[in-house]
Amino acid sequence: MNQVIDGQKTLDRHLIDFVDQLRNTGVKISLGSSIDFGLAVTELGAGSSEDIYWAGRSTLINRPEDISIYNKVFKSHWLGIDSLVDEVNKLPALDFLFDDLSDDSEFEDSSKSENDFLSVKYSNLEILSSKDFSNCNRAELQELFYLMNEIRFMGELKKSRRMVKTKKHRKFDFEKSVKSSFRTSGEIVKKHFQEGGERRRRLVLLLDISGSMEVYARVLIRFVHAVMLGRSDVEAFTLGTRLTRLTKELSTRNPDAALKRASDAVEDWSGGTRLGEGIKEFNDHWGIRGMARGATVLILSDGWDRGDSEIVAEQMQRLHRVTHRIVWANPLKATPDYEPLAKGMAAALPHIDNFVEGNSFDSLKDLSILLTK
Amino acid sequence: MGLRDVSSVEKVIEELSTQNYLADRGLATAVFLSLRQNRPLLLEGEAGVGKTELAKSLSNWADGDLIRLQCYEGIDSNQAVYEWDYARQLLHLRTAEASGRTEDVSTDVLEGELYDERFLIRRPLLQALSVKNDPPPVLLIDEIDRADDEFEAFLLEILSEYSITIPELGTYRSEVKPIVVITSNRTRDLHDALKRRCFYHWVEHPDVEREIEIIRIRAPKVSLLLAEEVSKAAAFLRGMDLYKPPGVAETIDWAEALVTIGVDDLDEDSVDETLGTLIKYREDQERVRSRGFDEILSLVRQG
Repeated sequence: MNQVIDGQKTLDRHLIDFVDQLRNTGVKISLGSSIDFGLAVTELGAGSSEDIYWAGRSTLINRPEDISIYNKVFKSHWLGIDSLVDEVNKLPALDFLFDDLSDDSEFEDSSKSENDFLSVKYSNLEILSSKDFSNCNRAELQELFYLMNEIRFMGELKKSRRMVKTKKHRKFDFEKSVKSSFRTSGEIVKKHFQEGGERRRRLVLLLDISGSMEVYARVLIRFVHAVMLGRSDVEAFTLGTRLTRLTKELSTRNPDAALKRASDAVEDWSGGTRLGEGIKEFNDHWGIRGMARGATVLILSDGWDRGDSEIVAEQMQRLHRVTHRIVWANPLKATPDYEPLAKGMAAALPHIDNFVEGNSFDSLKDLSILLTK
Repeated sequence: MGLRDVSSVEKVIEELSTQNYLADRGLATAVFLSLRQNRPLLLEGEAGVGKTELAKSLSNWADGDLIRLQCYEGIDSNQAVYEWDYARQLLHLRTAEASGRTEDVSTDVLEGELYDERFLIRRPLLQALSVKNDPPPVLLIDEIDRADDEFEAFLLEILSEYSITIPELGTYRSEVKPIVVITSNRTRDLHDALKRRCFYHWVEHPDVEREIEIIRIRAPKVSLLLAEEVSKAAAFLRGMDLYKPPGVAETIDWAEALVTIGVDDLDEDSVDETLGTLIKYREDQERVRSRGFDEILSLVRQG
């Protein structure tokens, strides 16, 4: 592997640089995989760039989402086309609310001493938990984040194909009964029974992060994270001008680290909404092919949609056909005399099983109870 | 010469094509690497792009068995690895009793007899590890994403050790390592640990030229003209943003359906009548019909 390319770098140096470059663009590559890459190149003989290309594709890449970035890095590294740097730099940075309050002006402005503040904070818990997120100041939001980390919910149960043992006289467990009869020389003294077990339904969370939802989305993403921590088999996506899957990013336990990763992954924070297209993308790539089948889907959105509301209706109908239940939480619903006038909301409404609020901590608590039923 | 000594990617392409499987270079590279390095091949891609078919072709090439484990929700080791045949064990015990042997031999001996290989029901994974002589079997673990993730972890253990322990009998270690092909439809993410064990390939729809060849090989009754038209039409439909773009399996079905009803050149009526073999969603069919067939037909007739 030590033939000289460019008259300077050896091939293995090139391979390592290439892997580094891929890692810098966010593709996760383990040490083992990069060694495999080296082995694969050796095996193939590195006769052509095509061999190197496919060696990398089959060892470094293991999800189709990474293929396009791989192609770009490959081009820029091996074929000398320098398009990548600009594109990565163009991505807008985004920040969620983090747990540090050090530069919080509202906090500084309050004339009360720290002790006063604490006592006030706790006595206000009841009021705070019913307060609309959009009316909360930073300190209050901070308090809510702590509360939210306490939210855990289990999700609905469905019948599983796996049988479990039971004391009730259900289905005769032939295998177990016979096995235990060996001790009594083949005489079945004790009968064993089994019945269908239960398992949790998958829960899919779709969070609208468009401009109109901004105030709520920054809080709700915490809720999404809390839900994900509570149990396995939860999937999370954000809906904006595009669909972003955050399941991996949000499965980190530490909320700040999780949100940091999520914010790095989401590129369309506070942009426009193309609700219909977003749901379509979810349906096409994830939902209909299995993820949403028999699952509970929770959509957190105000229903404002700049796209074609016909698409929303059609996509919601498609989604509804495969899911167990669709719950839509709309923060605006809490306003007195709210009517679903937003085009997207009106179009989606016929295909929703539960239409609930989602504007305060209390409403989220109710929501988690609803989802557990 | 065994599969594992295959000398080059070109050779893989060649051998697979004699098994009527046309692999592109990317797929052939992944196959080559997994054969040479004795590691599982993980295939993901849309339904109907030929993932399962590849395993069949590999087993034909190896001239070994194809052992298939179809995964589903709730699958456990009883269905995947082995199970004791309790009914026959019971029968054995009763026979011993009836013939009076129970009085002659000790309980230990009798119990030993019960856990004998002849009462063992081998499920796919154990079957794949029990092959004693070349050629190696091809173990196809189909739609692994349908199984629970606990099962995936269990599978990972077996695939890294190539051995299975049965408490009553001891450890089975494979003498001829199976060629492992795993497919997934991506209804959920697989564990990174499993992915790391495998060579990965995302299987795409073939391009028009390759698809023409595939149709010609798989459905020999289809004329070259019709195969061309069908492939071009399929490529067009794949660009139409349908819910379920037609896979290769569907285009082959479609071509055969057309031959069956006596069509050897596409026209509006024949497309309309047979659309159901190609496009399986009502919404998709409506979308295609409302757009009209003129566009497809004129495109198909070009060049």
